[in-house]
Amino acid sequence: MNDLNFDSVVIGGGAAGMAAALELDAAGFSCAIVEREETLGGILTQCIHNGFGLIEFNEELSGPEFAEKIEERLAGTGIKSFTRTTVIEMDAGADIKTLYCYSGAYGVIRISARVVVLAMGCRERNRGNIRIPGDRPAGVYTAGLAQRLVNIEGFVPGKDIVIIGSGDIGLIMARRMSWVGCKVHAVVEILPYPSGLTRNIVQCLHDFGIPLYLSHLTTNIIGKDRVEGVEITPIENGAMQHEKAFTIPCDTVLLSVGLVPENELSKMAGVELNPMTNGPVVDSMLMTNVPGIFACGNVLHVHDLVDYVVEESRRAGAHAARWLKGQRAKAEARVKVGSNIRYSAPGRVDLYATNKLYMRTLIVKNDAVLEVKVNNRIVKTIKKNHIQPSEMIALELVPRDLETAIGAPEPVVELSIT
Amino acid sequence: MSEELICITCPLGCHLTVDRNADSSLSVSGNRCPRGVKYANEELLAPKRVVSATAALVGGSELHELGAVARLPVRSTAPYSKQDVPELLAAIYALRVAMPVHRGDVLIKDFKGSGVDVIATRTLLAAT
Repeated sequence: MNDLNFDSVVIGGGAAGMAAALELDAAGFSCAIVEREETLGGILTQCIHNGFGLIEFNEELSGPEFAEKIEERLAGTGIKSFTRTTVIEMDAGADIKTLYCYSGAYGVIRISARVVVLAMGCRERNRGNIRIPGDRPAGVYTAGLAQRLVNIEGFVPGKDIVIIGSGDIGLIMARRMSWVGCKVHAVVEILPYPSGLTRNIVQCLHDFGIPLYLSHLTTNIIGKDRVEGVEITPIENGAMQHEKAFTIPCDTVLLSVGLVPENELSKMAGVELNPMTNGPVVDSMLMTNVPGIFACGNVLHVHDLVDYVVEESRRAGAHAARWLKGQRAKAEARVKVGSNIRYSAPGRVDLYATNKLYMRTLIVKNDAVLEVKVNNRIVKTIKKNHIQPSEMIALELVPRDLETAIGAPEPVVELSIT
Repeated sequence: MSEELICITCPLGCHLTVDRNADSSLSVSGNRCPRGVKYANEELLAPKRVVSATAALVGGSELHELGAVARLPVRSTAPYSKQDVPELLAAIYALRVAMPVHRGDVLIKDFKGSGVDVIATRTLLAAT
């Protein structure tokens, strides 16, 4: 077995992992990236559509371009990338963390480091996760798998498509499948509103005349060897209208029903997870409950833009470097999620620093107000023209906002939206 | 006759109502800001879209095994006339690109005099 030692190791070589590694390297710490795919870049390499990079690069790029431009920053640094290398096991010792990895090139490797940054991203929810009844024929894919097959491997998974779920990946795939010559017959969404961005509804569905069935549930997938159709049942006032059910013939079903952070390794190391995000609970330094293990990007919570992933991951890398130098937050307050907010990441703020928080709301509203309370006193209100669950809300809290929490026995920062 | 449109310039998503005037100009209502008028004019008079797709790689058939990179991602350098997107796609699908190819390499120059190029969006040096 090969034994390797680094100051820090980053699990996952997507945008998050690369951004965090660059900060650790810049602070003078040795750093390794472990990536199970052939190349760095993560999910971006299959996201060939436009819309990435407006914040990070001030231009509109496709996913592969964004990934390459970040990867180019690794050149000339001391960062060591292990591609085709999968972390099998993580041991969180009190001082040293140990990763056991299988590598195509080197066999079994043991990597020891004082800091681990979790940047593994997400996995797609699949048919089993949402329990769609019916037959078990071939032709049922998650949207991201179909995206990889079409955009990288050059396989088109079917001809007549129905997409279940109106997440952005599904919408993007509706356009992509139409542009490769398939017929997309419908997008079916259980909720009364689409979960993807309006821009994608317009440019990926309306442009192609693809119907969007809101408040409709997929009640059956039909087909013996191959998918032959899906049965769709309308929901009215919370009740399924079985007599109004109808079947759409198709040979392929794509599922775009959400993402789940990939935290098997985190659990193995004793990292506490937040049930609202399925990602780790982190403090103001983006550190988990296990000292020396940090988290960033989609493994922490699902982001809408890779530009935000990079911003957050850069912070995680910089905090990890500070932690290696022995710096700690002097005093923290717990972030309490109040009305109409689903979660906030991180879950703690540093009273003496500028804190950046990302949160998601539970409601769709125009002219909303985001309210920040410190120990039940309002310290900040921010007007929001428009909020919806699919759009992340960013908030900055500076020491001035938090000064009343200093010295309080159990300081609490409460966020709510009205 | 009025036409309905959702403005996608920002997340507010204003529902626009657009009427065509006798002089073929547009009257827009339902917008909360001037960008809605601009969007309605572009979208109804000369809609355009950025096109992203993939092109075949030379040797692509040999690469046709599970997990291998068999397609090169490409995109238009600017939005292209929406109604003519199919002919731009046909031109992209007719390409056979040899490796090595670098991000930003121009694969189609000034398509049909539109000023729009098609470029590679990924660097592929050799078959993986």
